[in-house]
Amino acid sequence: MSESKVHFFSNEPLVALLGNPNCGKTALFNLLTGSRQKVANYSGVTVERKEGRLSLESGKNIRILDLPGAYSLYPRSLDERVTCNVLLGRAEGEKRPDLVICVLSAMNLRRNLRLVLAAKRLGLPCIVVLNMLDIAKRQGLHIDTAALSSELGLPVLTSIGIQSNGADEIKQFLSNLDWRNLNGLRTGTSDATLENVASHIAHTESDNIQVQKILQNLNLDQIIPDQLSDRLDAVLLHPVFGPIILVALLFCIFQAVFSWATVPMDLIKSAVDFLGAQIVEVLPNGWIRSLLINGILAGLGGVVIFLPQILILFFFILLLEESGYLPRAAYLLDRVMGSVGLSGRSFIPLLSSFACAIPGIMATRSISNARDRMVTILIAPMMTCSARLPVYALLISAFIPEQKLWAGIDLQGLVLFLLYLAGILGAMAVAWILKRFTSEQFRMNALMMELPSYHLPRLGNLAISLWQRAEIFLRRVGGIILLMTIGLWVLSSFPFPLEGATGSPIQYSFAGMMGQALAHVFSPIGFNWQISIALVPGMAAREVVVSSLATVYALSSSSVDAADALIPLISNGWSLATALSLLAWFVFAPQCLSTIAAVKRETGGWKIPIIMLSYLFGLAYIASFITYHLAIYLGLG
Amino acid sequence: MHLDQVDLEILYRVSAVNAPKGAPQIKGQLEDIGFLPGEQVAVLRKGLLGKGPYMVRVGASTFALRQAEARMITVDAIPHV
Repeated sequence: MSESKVHFFSNEPLVALLGNPNCGKTALFNLLTGSRQKVANYSGVTVERKEGRLSLESGKNIRILDLPGAYSLYPRSLDERVTCNVLLGRAEGEKRPDLVICVLSAMNLRRNLRLVLAAKRLGLPCIVVLNMLDIAKRQGLHIDTAALSSELGLPVLTSIGIQSNGADEIKQFLSNLDWRNLNGLRTGTSDATLENVASHIAHTESDNIQVQKILQNLNLDQIIPDQLSDRLDAVLLHPVFGPIILVALLFCIFQAVFSWATVPMDLIKSAVDFLGAQIVEVLPNGWIRSLLINGILAGLGGVVIFLPQILILFFFILLLEESGYLPRAAYLLDRVMGSVGLSGRSFIPLLSSFACAIPGIMATRSISNARDRMVTILIAPMMTCSARLPVYALLISAFIPEQKLWAGIDLQGLVLFLLYLAGILGAMAVAWILKRFTSEQFRMNALMMELPSYHLPRLGNLAISLWQRAEIFLRRVGGIILLMTIGLWVLSSFPFPLEGATGSPIQYSFAGMMGQALAHVFSPIGFNWQISIALVPGMAAREVVVSSLATVYALSSSSVDAADALIPLISNGWSLATALSLLAWFVFAPQCLSTIAAVKRETGGWKIPIIMLSYLFGLAYIASFITYHLAIYLGLG
Repeated sequence: MHLDQVDLEILYRVSAVNAPKGAPQIKGQLEDIGFLPGEQVAVLRKGLLGKGPYMVRVGASTFALRQAEARMITVDAIPHV
């Protein structure tokens, strides 16, 4: 990924990609810009903003903006509002695009063409790109691009989003374009205003008639269903087999997260060990060596080691998304979600929350019902985000024996699955309770979700998305986690113990004092002072708990190697009841500060984040209390 | 006839979309995704025991609709040629 701040090249022409959801727009964007992308948010809203650069053959550079998918230019969701604002030049900090590329799915001209007609009315220079032409041809659909071009009065190019040279025609066209005078591509009047309800209804009607006419003139007025998708759906959406396949699939994913990650995790661990050994040889024993080894290396190493697992989970989520299965999973789960007062639409944000609650909370913007959206935001943090994986992974490796159960299922993987399940059941219970408090008139929640045709996912697209996730994670490691780790090292190292003190030095430090005070609150649920200390910086980011424990334990023992051996340390030091209680705590515990910040921004106030914090804290405490005392009662103390 | 009453895999034509009083915006939403007068529509699949969600083909695309949403869409049979 190039780190160049594409924003700064504001004198380069800006080209916006506009299209319906599922028209292959993002694949085309990847083809045009390759890895030269920058992902951020639009200013003021948490809608993902993707911009990339394309160097044309003519030597000119242009910026390409991948707008959020929209069905119409009458905004009904936050996503569509951003798209409209950018096109009207009203988005804060955005330049109005110089050129709009309307991306059409050749498979669904009727709906896609209505968007082109709406875009023409904006008065921006427009060109049209027919995407997915390969699938259309395979299904016997012949589109006369020249005729379509004269019907629309705009240039019509073709592209195949899944072929590496599929965007060459567009590149060629952009290269030959005279960027100083694009008026030839401007068809509408330039009095750009947002459509109001009345004009939108009128336009919907007239556009529909015009599209019918165009399709009739092109002799495309028939519908060819995607038979492969229909055959797959007969199995995957079968009322009995469909849900079974879905559960089996999710189970396999979680097994894979644990078993595939072992080799890369061992590699990272050896690298950290090697670095530690090098530092010991070079630096004399002193506080700098302690900061480097016990603070930074132990802390960051303990977090980076979980990168492989996070990437494997994201890989599967992206795979399901690209293939078109994800909305089908939502379809299958709509009934279950309906029973707790939500719709299947809440499924995709909730699934993203398994990777991280923040993109999950951001994804709720596609839920048009305000009440559903609020409930989804409230329960999203209970989905086990990948930041909790390090904590789970550490505790499971330390306390759950590596053992094969029946049919090759391993016990550690099973426990992980149960933890995820506990979060899901907790979330459903909360949603069900909230449903009791909602009056009937707000319960009208819509599903209206598109089930796109199945596609073979393209590795290139997966790789780009995966790299973006890794980058975000590593940026967090380098930023907030590094800061917290150093902060905690300072808190745990100063002040020094008095002469003649008998305990380990950390007990006399600031962190030790804080931990011992907090231990009063947490001792009823079985947490010792080391855990209590680690929970404090854990508020910044959950995975910091692991690095904090590593730091706390590295410092409370005298040996330098302690950082490498957190697992045996805690498995000898803690009871199983404490470990289980900590696991239960993390199923429900209040989320990191960045999640709270995202919730505040999305809901526009402190009310929802405060409700969320307090109910999650209460729930976590109760769950841990029950787990701890039940475990002791069963003799696991 | 409403879309929640039709037989599976038979093509109909949309004649009107009627939103309930409490949620007028749903009409526009359904129109935006393609439920416009004259469009071909077929219910491909229903959930267990004939309840929702329904898998509905409208034009060339496929959408999942709940029973309540399907009920808002009035359809006419296509006369046999």
